Amino acid sequence: MTAGYAAYAQPSAREMRRQVPTSRSGGSPFGVYVHIPFCRERCDYCAFATYSDRDHLMRSYVEACVEEIERAYGSGDLPPASSVFFGGGTPSRLPPEDLVTILRAIPLKEGAEVTVECNPEDAQIERLSVYASAGVTRMSFGVESTLEHVLATLGRTSSASERADETGGSVPEMLADDVRQVGFKSWNLDLIYGAASETHEDWHDVLVGVVSMSCPPPHLSLYALTVELGTPLASDPSRYPDDDVQAERYEYASAFLSAHGYVWEEISNWALPGHACRHNDLYWSQGNYLGVGSGAHSHVDGRRWWNMRTPERYIRAIKTGSSPVAGEETLSEAEREFEELALSLRTRRGVPESALPTAPADLVLREGGRAVLNVRGRLVANDLTARLVTGAAL
Amino acid sequence: MDTALIRNFSIISHVDHGKSTLSDRILELTGAVDPRFMREQYLDSMDLERERGITIKAQNVRVVHRGHVLHLIDTPGHVDFGYEVSRSLAACEGAVLLVDASQGIQAQTLANCYQAMEHDLEIVAALNKIDLLAADPERCAAEIEKVLGLPADEILRISAKTGDGVGTLLDAVIERVPPPSGRRTSATRALIFDSSYDQYRGVVSSIRVFDGTISTGERLRFMQAGAVHDVEEIGVRTPDSVAVDELGPGEVGYLIAGIKNVGEARSGETVTRASAPAAEPLAGYRDPKPMVFCGIYPIDGDQLPFLRDALDRLKLNDSSFTFEPESSRALGFGFRCGFLGLLHMEIVRERLEREFDLSLIATAPSVAYRAYLTDGSDVDVDNPVDLPEASRIDHVDEPMLDITILTPAQYTGTVMELCQARRAELSRMEYLSPERLELVYRIPLAEVVKDFFDQLKSRTKGYASLDYEPAGYSTANLVRVDLLINHVPVDAFSTIVHRSSADNYGRRMTEKLRELIPRQLFDVPIQAAIGGRVVARETVKAKRKDVLAKCYGGDITRKRKLLERQKEGKKKMKNIGRVEVPQEAFISALRLED
Ligand SMILES: Nc1nc2c(ncn2[C@@H]2O[C@H](COP(=O)(O)OP(=O)(O)OP(=O)(O)O)[C@@H](O)[C@H]2O)c(=O)[nH]1
Ligand code: SF4
Ligand SMILES: [Mg+2]
Repeated sequence: MTAGYAAYAQPSAREMRRQVPTSRSGGSPFGVYVHIPFCRERCDYCAFATYSDRDHLMRSYVEACVEEIERAYGSGDLPPASSVFFGGGTPSRLPPEDLVTILRAIPLKEGAEVTVECNPEDAQIERLSVYASAGVTRMSFGVESTLEHVLATLGRTSSASERADETGGSVPEMLADDVRQVGFKSWNLDLIYGAASETHEDWHDVLVGVVSMSCPPPHLSLYALTVELGTPLASDPSRYPDDDVQAERYEYASAFLSAHGYVWEEISNWALPGHACRHNDLYWSQGNYLGVGSGAHSHVDGRRWWNMRTPERYIRAIKTGSSPVAGEETLSEAEREFEELALSLRTRRGVPESALPTAPADLVLREGGRAVLNVRGRLVANDLTARLVTGAAL
Repeated sequence: MDTALIRNFSIISHVDHGKSTLSDRILELTGAVDPRFMREQYLDSMDLERERGITIKAQNVRVVHRGHVLHLIDTPGHVDFGYEVSRSLAACEGAVLLVDASQGIQAQTLANCYQAMEHDLEIVAALNKIDLLAADPERCAAEIEKVLGLPADEILRISAKTGDGVGTLLDAVIERVPPPSGRRTSATRALIFDSSYDQYRGVVSSIRVFDGTISTGERLRFMQAGAVHDVEEIGVRTPDSVAVDELGPGEVGYLIAGIKNVGEARSGETVTRASAPAAEPLAGYRDPKPMVFCGIYPIDGDQLPFLRDALDRLKLNDSSFTFEPESSRALGFGFRCGFLGLLHMEIVRERLEREFDLSLIATAPSVAYRAYLTDGSDVDVDNPVDLPEASRIDHVDEPMLDITILTPAQYTGTVMELCQARRAELSRMEYLSPERLELVYRIPLAEVVKDFFDQLKSRTKGYASLDYEPAGYSTANLVRVDLLINHVPVDAFSTIVHRSSADNYGRRMTEKLRELIPRQLFDVPIQAAIGGRVVARETVKAKRKDVLAKCYGGDITRKRKLLERQKEGKKKMKNIGRVEVPQEAFISALRLED
């Protein structure tokens, strides 16, 4: 299998603590998230704010995003971005120049991490090169599965495998090759487990196929298929995933990945050392970020707000000079504290030991004053979060 | 009023044989109710009565027919309310026995009729529903003659629906039922045969004057209660309440005397004039004793004070049920309540929910066992958790019933099968006619409480009827089955059962709880045990996955709210042996038991 990556030891608790970003002080990281609400087709499980029939809005949408960024930065209190994330939807559905137009509007810090989510079928060298030359440092590919029958029960269509067939390799191999040619610093691959037709062997094959490439993705997001209300999947119980099966898949993947040198970062994310996603980490550490575009969420120092969900209303608001914000909340001290712990518990930083006094011992690693979830603990993170103790106990 | 012109009678019959409908016809025929205001089952005034189409409380009304004053008392037919019938009978000289001519006489009616005969009441028998095609008056009359000795040719034939024969029936009442015998000059004695509570007027009692008179403003002594009250108002029901100045011997009416609690004006009480009291009270009757018990809990613990208040108020109207506070680990705080039977229990519960807007959950009904301890003492146990430890018990007795079942002969086999499965012993068996059979059994009350009546009905397509009376106690091999969640007993599910059905109960309940208890972070054993011995076991497997996979585009808000809710939910869980159980799980388990 992989030759290049030895199994890395988990960092010690002390090291973990040092990595806690100081989100509230000046000079702290600041992220910009740009939402691109266009997809070629809607996948059966997807409940994101995205649309497959509104490509005609792209041009004015891009303009609106640029204007929203200029407005936000015009006030002068936002720091330049240490990370930018184009998510969706399918950002790669935009003409690459349009995406670059938005990116150029965002003031960047030196060495900023800039990620673009991309569907495998859009991953042509030409497009990726435009991204790279505009400052994109990191690609994230929504592969979801390398097996056709799994993609079929997920209700996701992709033409990427045809192109991969031409190159004679798998889709991940093709993507790895593109990434290497263009020269991105880092990249991620998304996988989904728990599809109805997926067997344990399938999952094993998918993992092996991805991890044993000569240049495997240095970052992996593994998502449990989730039934979201109102999706085609939700109306088809025969395709519902089974919790116990998904738990097994997760445990299997977790062991497999750590054996191959990946470090567990957050419930669904693993990275080779040095390849953790800085932007994602902002979310998990209650950091500050500006969300741009329809349905995008922002957070600055305990205030959270979000934009209108449909692109039409978002564009109209921006064009007419009014605010695109649809809702907001200012967290109370208690909410903020609970949220910080709840988010941190999802990561390898864990929480102060005293914040989780009642969790069963076999789900939690206690070391150096911190409580960090082990694999089985991560699988029941919600239950454990509900046991978090806030306030005086800390 | 001249007592020679008074006739007092009850109508007794089986459920649905047409008492209330007959009362309607009588009200119409005698012009008591303006036709414009007439409605079906006029005397059934409670919502619940009107909805279920049954009479729950006896009602009395005064009508005038051919120069005579008739006091008629409509009684409930259901066996649980048998005590209401006996009260009514005590206020009358006669009884109309009403039998559905398409069904024949039923067990309960027979029992009530024997009771009326014991009290020397004149019985006027009538076959009702002769308008129905299925009516078989010949057979029914022969049956009545055989079992009650009433000459078949004296049995009237009527239709309460069409009114056919109702006039003749009233004529027969006037002719055959003797007038009351009391005298104006005797010391006053009147019997309270029912009391109810009115929000505005306090307790309103139904009374029958036997001797002497009662007048407005005068001071009365309640002989059994030993209390004294002034008459605020007396009157008659026509059926509207009409105040009168005086009620004389033989008259039936109502009494209001500034009493706030029906317990102070119990049925069976004798009232007399305080200034010239009678020497002896009238023969009263015993208040019926509760036979079936269960815990009643508010689903929302905050409703506890309202439940208490509601029970207090309901008790004002129905002194036959009892309650006292109890607490349960699974259900919180509630009340242990005693009832006359299952229907009574159902009705009280429904009235609590409906009239007082409460959401309630009841534990499985239990009977009152008597445990004899090794130290020679004994205790009554109407809540299984109160049963002492097995090592301290010498033996346990259970309450018994004598039940009478009347059934069409073709169902004899299946009825006997049911009785045998319920540990009943046959005491007597007799043919009422070639087609109908009377079976008398001695059976544990606990077996009757367990859907016996429903079983009997479904096995006989509704044709069998049942009457019961308490028949002391018998020793039996009884054990308490406890249900344990993670080795901790859950009180609400403890039950006393016969040893032979213990394993079955244990299996059923452990399976049910396994389905209802949410998976925890560890395997949870669910056991049914007798003392220390486990008779059934299930396991709720540890949950393996409870996590949100993804937070998209920085939408932390939704995620946090979800987690906050989960945290709140945890607070509301009942903690039993480290297992978090939502109260709903217990509630559903109890519901399923119903
Ligand atoms: N065909 C027909 N139906 C009747 C007659 N008398 C009563 N019924 C019907 O029988 C049903 C029961 O009548 P009720 O008068 O409520 O019976 P009940 O004896 O008062 O019942 P409980 O109070 O519950 O014991 C109703 O549907 C009546 O309409 C009759 O003479 N002929
Ligand atoms: S491509 Fe992604 S965002 Fe678009 S529909 Fe599919 S899952 Fe949803
Ligand atoms: Mg009735």
